[in-house]
Amino acid sequence: MTKIDTSRPEAVLPTPSHTVGPFYGYALPFPGGGDIAPIRHPDTITLQGYVYDGEGNPLPDAFVELWGADPDGNVPTTDGSIRRDPATGGYLGRNGVEFTGWGRIQTDANGHWYARTLRPGARGRSAPYISVSVFARGLLVHLFTRIYLPGDEAALAADPLLTQLDEARRDTLIAKEQGDGTYRFDIRLQGEGETVFLEFR
Amino acid sequence: MTLTQHDIDQEIAAEHAAYEKRIADGAPVEHHPRRDYAPYRSSVLRHPKQPPVAIDVTQDPELVELSSPAFGERDITEIDNDLTRQHNGEPIGERITVSGRLLDRDGRPIRGQLIEIWQANSAGRYAHQREQHDAPLDPNFTGVGRTLTDDDGRYHFTTIQPGPYPWRNHVNAWRPAHIHFSMFGTAFTQRLVTQMYFPSDPLFPYDPIIQSVTDDAARQRLVATYDHSLSVPEFSMGYHWDIVLDGPNATWIEEGR
Repeated sequence: MTKIDTSRPEAVLPTPSHTVGPFYGYALPFPGGGDIAPIRHPDTITLQGYVYDGEGNPLPDAFVELWGADPDGNVPTTDGSIRRDPATGGYLGRNGVEFTGWGRIQTDANGHWYARTLRPGARGRSAPYISVSVFARGLLVHLFTRIYLPGDEAALAADPLLTQLDEARRDTLIAKEQGDGTYRFDIRLQGEGETVFLEFR
Repeated sequence: MTLTQHDIDQEIAAEHAAYEKRIADGAPVEHHPRRDYAPYRSSVLRHPKQPPVAIDVTQDPELVELSSPAFGERDITEIDNDLTRQHNGEPIGERITVSGRLLDRDGRPIRGQLIEIWQANSAGRYAHQREQHDAPLDPNFTGVGRTLTDDDGRYHFTTIQPGPYPWRNHVNAWRPAHIHFSMFGTAFTQRLVTQMYFPSDPLFPYDPIIQSVTDDAARQRLVATYDHSLSVPEFSMGYHWDIVLDGPNATWIEEGR
């Protein structure tokens, strides 16, 4: 039964998740999906990494979505990530000026993904982070994790999530600085060095 | 060793029995699949072994995950929700309309949010380069659509009934006809990607993907209802499918839950 009677709260139950399967590639990714930062913005950072399976092999058929605050810690409310051209029906791309805070990036044939976005500012009680969701064939429910940036040790030490974790697991959530505003963040779905994944309640 | 449908049937039955036992022992209802579900072989190396770390969103209303990316009119064109009009000619197959509401766990409509869909054509073939199934491609059908929900959370697509198709999970594995759906809520925590099925598909018992939802009632929520009032005279068959996003949102905090 898939007509939900909203007058009966007990009938409002969640729609189950399913895998994205192998064939989302012509539907969900879009050009410039990882070019989230407005062009030549001074707070631009580059994030890159691989997504690995339980045998350490990179996934060529995964995608990540990034969602983060702007450098002042404000959550963007701007649309326009996937602008369409009404004349051709194709993609126009982002306008390069506004910051939507959201991107979707498919791993390439080597399992590699990258994004350019803005360094997030802190919000609430947390150290600055970028929220990540991971989707792939074989993943029946997508996974949530976070990318924290190294540097501000005091903020990281006070973060309510990071303080719950032992050091090895905590390190899976902190990107590695590679110089020139570039950071490496690998996602290990299973096994040694498995990334910390999150559940919101 | 060749993996047969019989092998998979037995694994599906064992997973189902294990779930029934958990329920009988007082465990909570599982609305979603477990990521570790071996009958779907692709899950074996791709599910975390560690339990997820819980974040209690009521402790911090400023969490980024309690807000959601925004999408607007410039992110879609007028015909993006009509998959039968994206080419010069008419696609082959049975035209259908699929409509319903996007709701949160409190039954409230989610307004102005993005729904994306993708699907195989009427012969069961995706317009994807790596697709190996040798059913015909339809030059007049891509199988990709998107829309924004209206003020009642309602969405509406016009498309073609997708065909079932074979895949290589095991020998003679066939997926029941389905449409892939991707949804955003008012919070990133509510993000959902899933698949909508059609009523009374004979392939349901054999398919490890739909059977990964081991709760019988939850599995039914993935199946659209035929709705004659949505059928368009002389044009299309109508299906109704309401979607309820899980995951906490900001209203949970306002209500102190």
